[in-house]
Amino acid sequence: MRIFRDTWLIFERSLTLSLRNPVWVILGVMQPILYLFLFGPLLNNIAKMPGFPPGGAFNVFVPGILVMTALFGSAFVGFGLCDEMREGVVERMTVTPMSRVAMLVGRSLRDVVLLLAQGLILVGLAIPFGLEINVGGVAVAFALLALIGLMMSPVSYTLALVLKSEDSLAPVVNGLTLPLLLLSGVMLPMSLAPDWLQTVAKFNPLYHAVAAIRALFNASFADQEILVGVAVLVVLTIVTITMGARSFARASA
Amino acid sequence: MSAQSNTQPTIETVGLRRTFKGRGGAVEAVAGVDLRVNAGDIFGFLGPNGAGKTTTLRILATLLPPTAGTASVAGFDVARHPRQVRERIGYVAQSGGSYREATGREELIIQGRLFGMSKAEAGRRAVEILAALDLTEAADRTCKTYSGGMRRRLNIGIGMVHRPAVLFLDEPTTGLDPQARARLWEEIRKLRETGTTVFLTTHYLEEADALCDCLAIIDHGRIVAEGSPDDLKREISGDVLTIGVNGNGDQVVKLLSGQPFVREAELDDGLVRLYVDRGEEAVPQVLRLLDAKGLAPSTMDLHRPSLDDVFLKKTGRSLRESAA
Ligand SMILES: Nc1ncnc2c1ncn2[C@@H]1O[C@H](COP(=O)(O)OP(=O)(O)OP(=O)(O)O)[C@@H](O)[C@H]1O
Ligand SMILES: [Mg+2]
Repeated sequence: MRIFRDTWLIFERSLTLSLRNPVWVILGVMQPILYLFLFGPLLNNIAKMPGFPPGGAFNVFVPGILVMTALFGSAFVGFGLCDEMREGVVERMTVTPMSRVAMLVGRSLRDVVLLLAQGLILVGLAIPFGLEINVGGVAVAFALLALIGLMMSPVSYTLALVLKSEDSLAPVVNGLTLPLLLLSGVMLPMSLAPDWLQTVAKFNPLYHAVAAIRALFNASFADQEILVGVAVLVVLTIVTITMGARSFARASA
Repeated sequence: MSAQSNTQPTIETVGLRRTFKGRGGAVEAVAGVDLRVNAGDIFGFLGPNGAGKTTTLRILATLLPPTAGTASVAGFDVARHPRQVRERIGYVAQSGGSYREATGREELIIQGRLFGMSKAEAGRRAVEILAALDLTEAADRTCKTYSGGMRRRLNIGIGMVHRPAVLFLDEPTTGLDPQARARLWEEIRKLRETGTTVFLTTHYLEEADALCDCLAIIDHGRIVAEGSPDDLKREISGDVLTIGVNGNGDQVVKLLSGQPFVREAELDDGLVRLYVDRGEEAVPQVLRLLDAKGLAPSTMDLHRPSLDDVFLKKTGRSLRESAA
């Protein structure tokens, strides 16, 4: 079917081009590595505090870092699209009969592949620090990370198609990612937060993603949070992909 | 399809309008354009900066909805059946198209594949295009290493990969050196042999004259003249034939002014000036007539009106000044 073929073509092209100039991919993994080495050790003492969730310090911290990596790996992808728009690539492809969904999903899948590769590097580096892993749990956790990428990158692409320039895009993306990050319990678990903050955080899809991924890293498969996280991400991903594909279709107008 | 559809023009617009709303008020970029372009023709769209050429082209290429009026391309309405139109056209924008970090070959291949070619087929076609546009050497370098003219040629090649029935070229030769321009003209003429309809915009009168079967002059969003380059020029004034006559001026004027192909003959400073419809046909006739009377001319000079004269007459401005 045309939509699958076109998606594959755009995915393959985007990935080839990203790997040709991998500086962003490398920078994208450097920051979480610094958190891992320079911030993670602080948590060993905090983990003894009351209210800190179960599991070792790194089993609480690494899922948060992974979600942060997935967020940064997808929220800023619109910048690349601005570049392609300026070069006339998007317009040129708009005048082909190719699927508009493929224009979006082909790129988003590239983003997912890159952020999963970054995630694998992080998990590998965290094991010597005391991260305990359970293969089944980690595999499902990575599926959730992929969903975060599929949910966020269409948002970034949509903003890029509307705003058209990096200069207008930067403040909007920053303004969006910072509260998402602060209200997700990425750095410190939200269980340490006052009640009102916990209530606000419940409206943040990433809060549920972090909770689900922590449960998966602890192999607490009966935890309700896993189902909640999956449901929230699946529903929002469908919404954002629909919105993103429409934006590509409308970019032709 | 019915027999009638064969006689329909490949591109047809009726009352096409496009208004842009901006801070400084509304701009009517296209203000009621009616065009008919026949299959297989090279059609030229000539006009100064801001005349509405790109806007019209973008409407025809399904990139921009018209504010009013209709347009059909290759038998399909651009607003109602954009997909069918896209399957049949190639579009080369005024600037851009290829990606900096991709190689020329990659860009040609992906474009072919997006139009449904297999990998092998697209690869073969890329080789053909690269050779035709003199880019074989640079095929596997990234586009950012190309010169401006090379990049322009690649962008044009990308628009032709899938052998579209209708090819839109927005100022295809701007920024090309004379040799590359001549080469591209050749490629565009070759497209005529394969039945491709080409719709191109240009500022260059020579280009419209050399390349186009038919052209329309657009100014302030309106078509001010339309026809073949020769028709348009003839409409202005006809050709001017200047003859050196060795002091036999009066006799020559008397002889020639009675001929049916001569509009007017006048003697001016030892030279006879003839206004004729078709200079190329008048020359041998004049020679024959003068020879028969033993009045062989010393010199003959044929001046043909240029498209610039046409533009001047229709708009009151010179295209060269407007474009500068
Ligand atoms: N997206 C837009 N928004 C607002 N105004 C526009 C837009 N695109 C074109 N215009 C205006 O419409 C008019 C026609 O522009 P157009 O690009 O069609 O001219 P053109 O004939 O292609 O000129 P050039 O020879 O310089 O390429 C200009 O006044 C231009 O400023
Ligand atoms: Mg233009």
